[in-house]
Amino acid sequence: MRAKETAPGRAIPHESASLHVAGEATYVDDIPELAGTLYVALGLSSEAHARIRSIDLEAVQNAPGVVGVITAADIPGVNDCGPIIHDDPILADSEVQFVGQPIFAVAANSYTAARKAVRLAEIDYESLPAVLDVATGRQQQSFVIPPMHLRRGDAEQALQSSPSRSQGAFSIGGQEQFYLEGQISYVAPKEDGCFHLWCSTQHPTEMQQVVAHALGIDFNQVVVEMRRMGGGFGGKESQSAIFACIAAVVASKLGRPVKLRLDRDDDMTITGKRHGFEFAYDVGYDDDGQIHAARVDMAAQAGFSADLSGPVVTRAVCHFDNAYYLGDVAIDAYSVRTNTQSNTAFRGFGGPQGAIAIEYIIDNIARQLGKDPLQVRKLNFYGRDERNVTPYGQTVSDNVIHELVDELESSSDYSARRKAVAAFNRDNEVLRKGLALTPLKFGISFNVVHFNQAGALVHVYTDGSVLVNHGGTEMGQGLHTKVSQVVALELGIDVRRVRATANDTSKVANTSATAASTGSDLNGKAAQDAARQIRNRLIRFIAEEHGANLADIEFAGDRVSWGSGEIAFDELVVQAYQNRVQLWSDGFYKTPGLSWDREAMQGSPFYYFSYGAAVSEVVVDTLTGEWKLLRADILHDAGNSINPVIDIGQIEGAFIQGMGWLTSEELRWNEAGRLITHAPSTYKIPTITDCPQKFNTRLYQNHNVEDTILRSKAVGEPPLLLPFSVFFAIRDAIASLADNRINPPLRAPATPEAILDAIDALRGEHQ
Amino acid sequence: MANIEIELEVNGRQEQVSVEPGKTLLHLLRENLGLTGAKDGCRSGDCGACVVIVDGRSVNSCMVLAPQAEGSSVMTVEGLAQGDELHPLQRAFAENWAFQCGFCTPGMLASCYALLEFNDNPTRDEIRAAIAGNFCRCTGYQAVVKAVEQAATELRVLKGGSRNA
Repeated sequence: MRAKETAPGRAIPHESASLHVAGEATYVDDIPELAGTLYVALGLSSEAHARIRSIDLEAVQNAPGVVGVITAADIPGVNDCGPIIHDDPILADSEVQFVGQPIFAVAANSYTAARKAVRLAEIDYESLPAVLDVATGRQQQSFVIPPMHLRRGDAEQALQSSPSRSQGAFSIGGQEQFYLEGQISYVAPKEDGCFHLWCSTQHPTEMQQVVAHALGIDFNQVVVEMRRMGGGFGGKESQSAIFACIAAVVASKLGRPVKLRLDRDDDMTITGKRHGFEFAYDVGYDDDGQIHAARVDMAAQAGFSADLSGPVVTRAVCHFDNAYYLGDVAIDAYSVRTNTQSNTAFRGFGGPQGAIAIEYIIDNIARQLGKDPLQVRKLNFYGRDERNVTPYGQTVSDNVIHELVDELESSSDYSARRKAVAAFNRDNEVLRKGLALTPLKFGISFNVVHFNQAGALVHVYTDGSVLVNHGGTEMGQGLHTKVSQVVALELGIDVRRVRATANDTSKVANTSATAASTGSDLNGKAAQDAARQIRNRLIRFIAEEHGANLADIEFAGDRVSWGSGEIAFDELVVQAYQNRVQLWSDGFYKTPGLSWDREAMQGSPFYYFSYGAAVSEVVVDTLTGEWKLLRADILHDAGNSINPVIDIGQIEGAFIQGMGWLTSEELRWNEAGRLITHAPSTYKIPTITDCPQKFNTRLYQNHNVEDTILRSKAVGEPPLLLPFSVFFAIRDAIASLADNRINPPLRAPATPEAILDAIDALRGEHQ
Repeated sequence: MANIEIELEVNGRQEQVSVEPGKTLLHLLRENLGLTGAKDGCRSGDCGACVVIVDGRSVNSCMVLAPQAEGSSVMTVEGLAQGDELHPLQRAFAENWAFQCGFCTPGMLASCYALLEFNDNPTRDEIRAAIAGNFCRCTGYQAVVKAVEQAATELRVLKGGSRNA
């Protein structure tokens, strides 16, 4: 049945490979511009929190090249673009809530003219008290959504009766998405009050909705088209909205096509990032290191508005267990309002933050007991048949973490290298090596049940070529390639005959964001459903027309055969068309078996779990805090991979990106609340020179026990947890300075400064 | 300020362009010539998405004022292929999935092309040095290095000999 050339597991080229290497792949900024296009620049708040007394834009309006200016008063509909809670103004009205909040927009004949004009604005502010850090916000009970609480058993009682306790605090920074293509929207007014929006977004349907709300028009008057993004990473899930809305309001007011492409510094200054978290924990364990109880208080820096903080923090709560059974659990989680950018989705969506906290704690326990952390990790893994229920009540029924970690431990030569590291550290005072193996378990599905649906359209044309359109967006993750493979497999044709087209709200309606790693799970299934309906119609046609036995009909190798005969796919298509067989179909999918009680924080929010593990070895210069990743070994579970080259690329990329989050990428705000790391000159994205010379990535041989698309597993976010191993290898190297007996208080990101701080603290305690 | 008339060669063609004095080479290419391969990533010379070849050397075209390119020979990603035939580097990038979102690819290809033009047998460290100024937020760079190694090998074969052959 399976055509060899389209079978899952084959390394099919990227659907746009030839375009990308020729420089012909079109991103929004590359679309040939329409006559009369105007360019927009934004006027931003210089204050972290203030009332706006007055705005004088006369000089702006009169500046050379300026065609129009808008403020909140020009928004015909609702001045809000919040995805869940409506607390996200498109343009600040009477109050600004962070440095960088857009207040007005200028449209001019060139970007340069617009940007020059912006500077001529006179805004009079009356300063208000600003909350600039999580601790202050937590103290003031300043939250964007109510606190969340999860309880299992009696954690207090279990802590009291535990033989030992690990108590402390841990802080972890946020992370800028740094999609290489910045935020951009291009809007063209169309006839009858309609608008066409080209927008670099992971969520075209939401852009359609927020633009319609802002303009006070119907959803059917807005078409959003998205062919490809130059990276998204979560940063274009909800936060493309403000730019889409501003561009649309300008286009509506001036009746001209309008492009809003952000300068990188403005992009970083305006948009939200991965949430930084502060943890306070108290964990009870026994002499072997088995955890009996955990109590954790987690506070996320939400920024000025709710945005996606609710679901992000929920996922942090649901990933605090990572791969471990924790006994009695009490988690309190706070989304702290601060006068900073509104933090948002970023690959992992709170999961990595929740999971690294328990890894930190286990690392502590191991050192307190004088054990190798790997032993303590293994001891606490979820069991197969017992100790297999998560704190939120879902049974872990697809657990492969034991086998996976055993395999990696052996293939990476962990124990020999552990000895070699110890020997190196005995012989060297300044340079110290560290080694760590960390596991991951990651839940797949949107935590909001109804988002787990998708639609697709498949058209078979009379020349046998096929077009597929679905609700997902392509941001580099290879979604269109995987979906094309699924359709080709279903119809038994070469994948090169299948063309995936731009996400378009006038084709598949009411789509979910391409997020939560669910892109290929949801859209692959929907496209398969559509293709299968066409195939079934063709099967019935062949049975009637050629007297074939239904069970004998096979689609493979661009041909369709049945016991006594066969026909080329494109000939069959012509025959079917002439016999009035419908050759196009929609398809739909909804993930089965999900439930979630938001109040109780209980249910089965995930269809299945993905697993993985990584071993990292580092060398740290304990005089300067500089360090280097010497080698990384990864074993990751992508189920029955639809395309192993895509999946390995996702894993390697996530590893390096997550390593950046935990080491070099540091967000800093000054005392006035201004983000001072707002450009790549000061915000350090990993480059090739940060990558290890030895980097071994393999897929774990597995298939999904659930009926996912071709039994694959989602691979977008889970591998972002793999570089925990880098962070803990650095901590291991530092701990060697005190004979691995004291826990270095290392914060993330582990910049050279953070490493030196941890070394100083360790030496202070050691003396 | 009045526009400046400049002449330069782009992908083998002589071009005459009238630009504002403050315009960058990147925006000359993208806006005046419609060559949208090179990308606007940071406009501060940090990300490498805008790299093109000027007189044989790779440069961040966002850091070059258009008038500075007067009389230069510029090659962009659009000039790499010979007609329909892709350059071995382009083929190797495609075959090795040396990109995901593809936004860094034009600049990455330009940096690698400049490397292979003066060193057709680069070591892994030389490849790493050549792309140290090109951000890729997607791939983790492994596939890029592999692609350059493959292209270098193929180029040496095509040339019929090399230092090590």
